Order: sequence, then structure tokens, then C-alpha cells
Amino acid sequence: MGAGGDGMSVAAALRLARGAFTLDLDLAVTAGRTLALLGPNGAGKSTALGLLAGTIDLDSGSVVVNGRVLDDESTHVETEHRRIGVVFQDYLLFPHLSVLENVAFGPRSSGIPRAAARSQSVQWLDRLGIADLASTRPPQLSGGQAQRVALGRALASNPELLLLDEPLAALDVEVREEVRGELGRFIHDWGGPTIVVTHLFDDVVALADDVVVIERGRATQRATVRELVQAPATSYVSRLVASWSDD
Amino acid sequence: MRRAAPAFVAVAVLLSGCAAPAPGVATTTTDTLAGTVTVSAAASLTDTFGTIADAFTTEHPDVTVTFNFGGSSALAAQIVEGAPVDVFAAASAATMTTVVEAGLTEGEPTAFATNTLEIAVPPGNPGGVAGLADFTRPELSIALCAAEVPCGAAAMAAFAAAGIAPEPDTLEQDVKAVLTKVELGEVDAGLVYATDVRAAGDRVDGIEFAGAAAAVSVYPIARLAASTRNAAATAFVAYVLSPAGRKILDDAGFGAPQQ
Amino acid sequence: MMQASARRSSRRSFLSPALWIPAGLALALLGLPLMALVVRAPWAQLPELLRQPTVASALGLSLGTALLSTAISLVLGIPLALVLARSDQWPAVPRRLLRALVTVPLVLPPVVGGVALLLLLGRNGLIGQFLPFQLPFTTAAVVIAQVFVAMPFLVLAVDGALRASDRRFEVAAATLGASRFTVFRRITLPLVAPGVAAGALLCFCRALGEFGATITFAGSFPGVTQTLPIATYLQLQTDPDAAIALSLVLMVISATALVSLRDRWVPGVTA
Repeated sequence: MGAGGDGMSVAAALRLARGAFTLDLDLAVTAGRTLALLGPNGAGKSTALGLLAGTIDLDSGSVVVNGRVLDDESTHVETEHRRIGVVFQDYLLFPHLSVLENVAFGPRSSGIPRAAARSQSVQWLDRLGIADLASTRPPQLSGGQAQRVALGRALASNPELLLLDEPLAALDVEVREEVRGELGRFIHDWGGPTIVVTHLFDDVVALADDVVVIERGRATQRATVRELVQAPATSYVSRLVASWSDD
Repeated sequence: MRRAAPAFVAVAVLLSGCAAPAPGVATTTTDTLAGTVTVSAAASLTDTFGTIADAFTTEHPDVTVTFNFGGSSALAAQIVEGAPVDVFAAASAATMTTVVEAGLTEGEPTAFATNTLEIAVPPGNPGGVAGLADFTRPELSIALCAAEVPCGAAAMAAFAAAGIAPEPDTLEQDVKAVLTKVELGEVDAGLVYATDVRAAGDRVDGIEFAGAAAAVSVYPIARLAASTRNAAATAFVAYVLSPAGRKILDDAGFGAPQQ
Repeated sequence: MMQASARRSSRRSFLSPALWIPAGLALALLGLPLMALVVRAPWAQLPELLRQPTVASALGLSLGTALLSTAISLVLGIPLALVLARSDQWPAVPRRLLRALVTVPLVLPPVVGGVALLLLLGRNGLIGQFLPFQLPFTTAAVVIAQVFVAMPFLVLAVDGALRASDRRFEVAAATLGASRFTVFRRITLPLVAPGVAAGALLCFCRALGEFGATITFAGSFPGVTQTLPIATYLQLQTDPDAAIALSLVLMVISATALVSLRDRWVPGVTA
């Protein structure tokens, strides 16, 4: 698919204090690689995602994508100008638009004429193997289909960074394995920098190259997936690895 | 307000009774009237009938007069539909006729007052209105009652008699609405009753016009057959027609009907 | 038998039989007066009545002004509803003030609203005295009075729909590069379309039935400001049967609008 060219890179230093909770997290990911942000509920994963997407304001720190500063002391680029694609946990497909219209929403918003946006979107649906769903409304989709549409919608807007928020949490356990495999292939084909936020160790193994473990707002381990399995740094990771090996 | 009057009057009678040779006797033996009289009366009678009821209950402290003021047509419709009313005082013979024809009145209605039309203008008369002829000036804002309501019918009769075709900007649903628009200065002139001009005090100026006599409204009053409190209701009607009632009506600007 | 039916009803929605009594009374209170109107209506007289030029012009004026008022309420009221729905982060005083301001026309006697409009826009009004033209007694005044009285219905309906809708769809649209106005036009508005439709219908029906504010602010003149409710009221003075017939016309228009349009709009968004 190769939408993400070589040399795309993301570097972020995320600092935020909200009451008792503080987030202090550095992240970096390059094109062709997928970074998993692994942590328990309440560790700050969703906050980190919001800071990257620009829906939450940083206290301090920075977000830089391909050398373009999206956030620092003097800059705040609004979400709609960030070119960061997000696949939300429950997908948030627009219920009043067809699948095709959902995918064409990004291209249309960037000013591409209707017909061109539609043909682009049809190609995306083809690549994702869901061309036959073009005129379907989101409420009629299965979980796996909805996820593909959400991925197609995010990628069709030609993002410089792809964020996936708990991409398999909304799916039934029986179908997760299959969908997870497909998702990994699509992300690999796309080839841009990707960050997956998850609390499922299976996601990390199947999708990620590198891992940042986040606990209580701070990174407790940075490693490749292999290193993480071999040398868990915290009891949280040890437990995850242990239960994963048992399967 | 009205409800409080009898109690107040009763105290007054007791106080005056102190000077009398036999305290308390006067209130119990000279007046046997008691109970409640329910009166449906035209809206233009609101203030005047209030004053009359005060005077009436001073003489008959055990009687309570309650009022239902409104447009005559609406009141007549209520009575025909069975409203429990003892006395009906209408602003036109026509509305009284509907009640008479329904067989609901006791005896013939009696004319007790007349009302003539008067031109009402905002204080200072900004439109320079002098008479009915000014009602044709297109640059003026003019309010009249709609022809469907008594004051509108009277206005049409007055204009017809004067041979003038007015150019109103609005045809209001009752005379008070015309008066309000004059008071607010939204119109340069309106045609209302002389009693309305008098009641409005400084808020409007009144201009009498030649030919007002061509459209005199006659107010009839009647006791209704359904009344079970005949004595008090009869006494109230008699009071309205008495010299004392006449005086109060005169003060408010109502004319005396020709007998 | 008992058990089976009890189980079925609890599986659907639980409605205690005790509630049927007040519900039935409520329905009777709302429905029986209308039924009386229908029973007493002089049906034979109706066609002839509708052909009367004053009635026809009052009907046309009512429909035209009510539609225009609804359109204006949509254009002005939807943005106001957005502000209202997003006012939760405001300090308490301005937030409550805003809500009260939107609600006041609902509880104000319409005649008082009409006087208020006169005091503002009348010939001697706060603003009216500076206007180069006169508003009262014009069709424009009818529309203003209707908007004043009817727009709150739309604003509150849309506000409710906005509060119930998932704002994360707007975030999702922003991540796809949509400007704020595009988000509003293509996401926020379509998602609350049923609420907007319901609000617009209520607004239209309220505008159609408007009487007090209109006759006070705009007056009553055939073809210019005399709407159907005002014509009906005047007919009541002389010809109650004709008035009943005219009120039936109003009722039928409102009921038709409510029944037909509502069902067409609501299934649009089911998610």
C-alpha cells in the first residue's frame, strides 16, 4: 500500500497534570514500525492518545511529526490540521452515513471533489476486502467489518501517524484472533508509523515491533516485544507474559 | 378584593352601631338579604360595577357580590352553555337577545346605561387628529375594534352615519386592546368608549366628535331565571337602576338611557 | 396464564396497571375537548366557510407566516441550542441566565410577550424609535411575534437532542480533517436531525396557533396581520359555529403535520 513513505517519524514528550494524576511520557516511532502502548486501565493510555490527536492540551512537552511541530510551548495545531488518523475503540463510524461515505469523509473534508473522493474510497474498500459493503449503514456491520471500515476511514484521510485505541476490545473473543491477524497485515501494508494503545498482550505480540509499558502515567519499560517477553521489568508485565504463555 | 368588602363593611356597621341605642339590632333586623350574587358583566363595566357592588354591600352586609367580567358575546355564550349566573349586564342589546331567546332571563331586560364613542389619542395628540375625517389619512396609524365585537359595530355605525370610510391599520378584538395601543403610542388614534377615555386618565386624550350620537351603545341588565337567590339578585339589579347606582354610572361617564 | 402474561410484560416494559388510570385520565383531558369540537362542528358549513375570502386569506397568512417563523427559528435557534448545550462549562450565573432567557417565552402569557415586543420594537420602543419603518401592524410583526413565542420549543428540543448525542463523533470527524463548520454541517446536525425535526414541528404548530402576542404586537387586519387564530376568535363573537369550523382547520393542519412528518423523520438515525 505504501501510503507512508520512508523517513516518516514521530516524537512526542507528553506532560500533563490533572488533579492527582500526572502523565510524563516520551514516545518515538518511525515509519514501518508499530509501537504498542501497553498498560492497565487508568494508566494514562487514553490521555496520551488524546494529547497526540490534539483533543487534549499539553501542559508542557511537544509533539513533532515528520519535523512539523504540532504542539509545544508556542504552538498548538488543532486536531483537524494534524493529519493523525485514529481508529477508536468502538470505531465511532458515523451512523447516518454509508460505509463509502464514512471512508470518503476524510478526503471530502480535505477539499477533494466528491467524485474523486468516492473513487479513492472505493479503492480503499477494495484493499480492505469490503467493497461489497459500500452502501451499508454502520449499524448493520459486524464488529470485524466495522473495524475495517474504521481503519479504511482513518487511512483514506492520508495520515502521517495512525493511532489505534484498543482495536480489538470491542470484538467478541472468538473473532479477535482472525481480525487481529488481518489488522496486522493492513497496518504492515500501509507502512506508516503506528501507535497501538492496548491492555491485551496478544495485541502487542501480533501487531507491535516496540513496546512502551505505561503504569500510573509513567513509562516503566521500553523494549522490543522479544525483550519484553524475555525480561519483564515490572510485576504487571510479568503477569501479562505469564498468562499469555499459558494459552 | 371584592370578597374583602363585606367584612370591612360589617366592621364599619358594628362601629357605627355603637352610637345607636341598641347595638347589633340594626344589622339583624333591618336587612334580611343574605347570600351571594354572581354577576356576569361586560368588560367595560369592570371599574364601575366594582364601585356599585361596594356601595350595595354597604347597605346589605350579608350579601357577597362576585363578578365575571368579559366580552359580552363570550359571557352570553357561557350563560347559554349553563354558567351559574344570577345577573347579566351586557354592552349591547344584541348579546342580551341571545340570552333572552334561550329563555334564560327572568322578566324583560332593562336598559340602565349608555355609552358613546370617543376618539382616543396619545397625550399631546401627535397625529393632530381633530375628528373622524382624520381616520382616512393614510399616514396615520389607526386602531378600531373589529366589526364582530360591539365597539366595532358601534364604530362602523358612526362612520356610516358620517359618510367616512376609515383606513384602520388594525381591527382589535376588544376595546381595551385599542386603548392599550393608544396608550403605548403605537397608533395615532383609536375609537373607544367615552368611559374608557375617562378611566385611562392622563394616559390618553379624548376627543369628542360630532355624530357620536349616531352610535350609542345601550347597556341592558337582566336577572336570570336560573337564579335561586332571587331576593339578593333582584336587589342588586334594583340598586343598579336606583339613583345611587345612576350617580356612580354618571361619574364613570355612562349616559342615562331614555326611558 | 397469569404467570405467562406477567413474564411477558416484564420482559418488554414494566407498566403498572395503576398507571393506566392517571394515564387514561390525562388522555381524556387532552382528547375529549377536541372530540367535542369535532362532534359539534358544522361540517356542512365548512366548505362554504373556507371559500370566504377573509378565511382563505387568514389561512394563507397563517401558513405562510408559520413556515417563515419556523425557518427563521431553525436558522437562529439551532446555533442558540448549540451554545446552550455547550454551556455546561460556563460559570453558574450566566449559564442559568441563558437557560432562563430561553425558557421565559414559554411561561410568559403571550399577550405580555406582545407588549414586550411593542415596548422594544414599537413606534416609541427602545429600538423601534430609531427604525426608519414601522413594524407593528405589518406581516413582519406577525412573524416576529411567532418567532418570539415558538422558537424556544425548537431550541429546547435541539438542546435536548444535542445533550443526548455522542460528542465523540465530532472528535472522530476532526481527526479526519473536518473543519468545525464541516463537523457541524455533516456530523452534529445530521445526528440530531430527529430532534431538529421534532422541534421544528412543535415550533411550526405553536406559531400556527399563536394568538396573544400576535394580536398585541401585530394587531389584526385582514390579509396583513389577521391570522387564522385571530379570525377564529373574532368569528366566535358573532358565529360560534363558524369559529368551531375554523379551529378544526387549525387542528387538522397541526395533527397532519405532527403525524405524517414525525414518522418520516425519526427512523433516519437509529444508532
